[in-house]
Amino acid sequence: MISKDYIILSPQGIHARPASALLKLTKTFKSSFSLKKEEKLIPLKSMLNILALGIKFGDTISVMIEGDDEEDAALAIDSFFMSYLKTSG
Amino acid sequence: MRIKGVGVSAGISIGSAYILKEAKTLVSGIIISDKEAKEIEIKKFNQAVITAIEEVESIKSDKSLNLKPEDLDILDTQIEFLGDPQITEDIHEKIFNESKSANDAIIEVIDGAVHMFRNMEDEYIGARSSDIRDIGNRILRNLNARSVSSGKQYGKNTILIADDLSPSDTITLDISRVIGFATRYGGKNSHTAIIAKAKGIPAIVGCGPELTNIRNGDAIIVDGTCGEIILNPDSEIIRIYKAKQEIIFNEQAFLKSLRDLPAITADGQNVRLYANISSAEELEQVFENGGEGVGLMRTELLFMGRDTLPSEEEQFSFYKQVAIKSKNRPVIIRTLDIGGDKQLPYFGIPAENNPSLGYRAIRISLDKKDIFFIQLRAILRASVFGNLKIMFPMISNLSEVKQAKECLRQVKLELEHMGVDFDPSIGLGIMIEIPSAALMADILINEVDFFSIGTNDLCQYTLAVDRMNDKVSALYNHFNPGVLRLISNVIEQAHKQNKSVGLCGEMASDPLATLLLLGMGLDEFSMTARLIPSIKNILIKNSVSKAREVFKNVMGMDDPETIINYLQEVIK
Repeated sequence: MISKDYIILSPQGIHARPASALLKLTKTFKSSFSLKKEEKLIPLKSMLNILALGIKFGDTISVMIEGDDEEDAALAIDSFFMSYLKTSG
Repeated sequence: MRIKGVGVSAGISIGSAYILKEAKTLVSGIIISDKEAKEIEIKKFNQAVITAIEEVESIKSDKSLNLKPEDLDILDTQIEFLGDPQITEDIHEKIFNESKSANDAIIEVIDGAVHMFRNMEDEYIGARSSDIRDIGNRILRNLNARSVSSGKQYGKNTILIADDLSPSDTITLDISRVIGFATRYGGKNSHTAIIAKAKGIPAIVGCGPELTNIRNGDAIIVDGTCGEIILNPDSEIIRIYKAKQEIIFNEQAFLKSLRDLPAITADGQNVRLYANISSAEELEQVFENGGEGVGLMRTELLFMGRDTLPSEEEQFSFYKQVAIKSKNRPVIIRTLDIGGDKQLPYFGIPAENNPSLGYRAIRISLDKKDIFFIQLRAILRASVFGNLKIMFPMISNLSEVKQAKECLRQVKLELEHMGVDFDPSIGLGIMIEIPSAALMADILINEVDFFSIGTNDLCQYTLAVDRMNDKVSALYNHFNPGVLRLISNVIEQAHKQNKSVGLCGEMASDPLATLLLLGMGLDEFSMTARLIPSIKNILIKNSVSKAREVFKNVMGMDDPETIINYLQEVIK
């Protein structure tokens, strides 16, 4: 399993549009993804769950990836957060 | 009685109230314990979801609705919610484990989600509760095989009153009869706000429980400018508001009447009033508002919202459309200005500590020359269809200008060899938005045909202020004497070489700055199209000699506040 932390620097946090793009990205891999903010852990497959986390500017989140193609998936998730959401970490 | 809310779309409407009630579907309370019956409920639910998705897809592709990008975003989010595995799972579970009917399970799960979203701190996410409510209603309607209520019939001068307007309500609304909105919930990001603004209808949101005092058919006034509803106004109040309405109407009519007047000062100086745009479609609005050209055509839209770079052909047809629709009026195309706060997912640029001081705009173009070449080739090929000019963003030194020009030269050579037509003397300019460029304008001007001052970045860089940062944004002020000296230097140096200077930042549409910039000798003001008439109104009423005096006086003042106070006096 690979776990990655990101600090969200996009001023609007994670809203419907990036959440939708993130879901689309995860669907291209065989691995299973989960998302964690503070003590809340959710499977990364539902828009409702992502928005319910209320991820805001400055929040730290972790993405957990598990599966055969987890390394490729981690790279893709990395570049997604780096570029699409203007994050660092 | 007066009810306060948040005005999200300006203007005044006087009409009669129509209370829009959500079609309440009642909880049946039926218990379904038989396993087969449960499976039937699940099947019914799944089928209702499939039909609901098909419905939204068909709204999406309905050309007669003239959907805007905002509308499409909303519909995409709804499709995502309709297929959401969490919602589906919760509903299945309620049917299986709690023996609820599909109807009851949907109502409970949707209510729970709506409640949760409404209570979120984040206003934008809170506003998504109406999407959840909307998809819930859509599934229920299909589940209970009720026919879709196709566009409600409203009387003339209807003002809609609702808890919240659902995206389906607003997207398919009859705009000829509905003249205003007021909602109990919602904020600046709600659908009501977005749609009302896009359609130019006065609207107030977040009015709270007092809104329930309004009855069907009540006479009401919606003042979207002040964020106030007046319920059952007496004749005197109606008279006052009709007068206000007339003032607003006359102002608009007056500004429209300016459209075809040339932008010439009282003492005969011609000033170019141009617009900033991002797509060919906006050109219509530019001409409607009397814009004579485009001072800044952004190209980022071509590159955003997609997974790969646009091909040369895609770019060519984009620029060609602009060239054709501009009917030979000048259009300044700015090459890719990405980076900083504008990122592309497929570019894979690593996060930077200081994005606005980092890898962006011309710096990327000169580094990834293949991308730059494609863009230049596409612009050049389109240049035969109109009066296009090229402008490079974020220039900080002479070498960048020379390198960019060398790229342009190579592309021209290549096209020539291939026998492809283009405008060989296409105008070339640079953005002046970095203080070093403003200070060395005398050197840079020798390389180009024109300058365009980007005051937003110039101001930000000169004052070292990130204006998105609330803690320091108050320091951001384009009337800072340091900023004014830079701008004035740029104009002076360009004029020494008989070259022209435009300004495409927000300062161009600031009425307080108009005379000052005119006094400095600015040749071209470029701004959002709808602000052109008000700036033209200032220009034609004043003279260059007065503007020069304003400029002289301002340069003798030592702080922004004094300058602003003085300019406010001047413009009165």
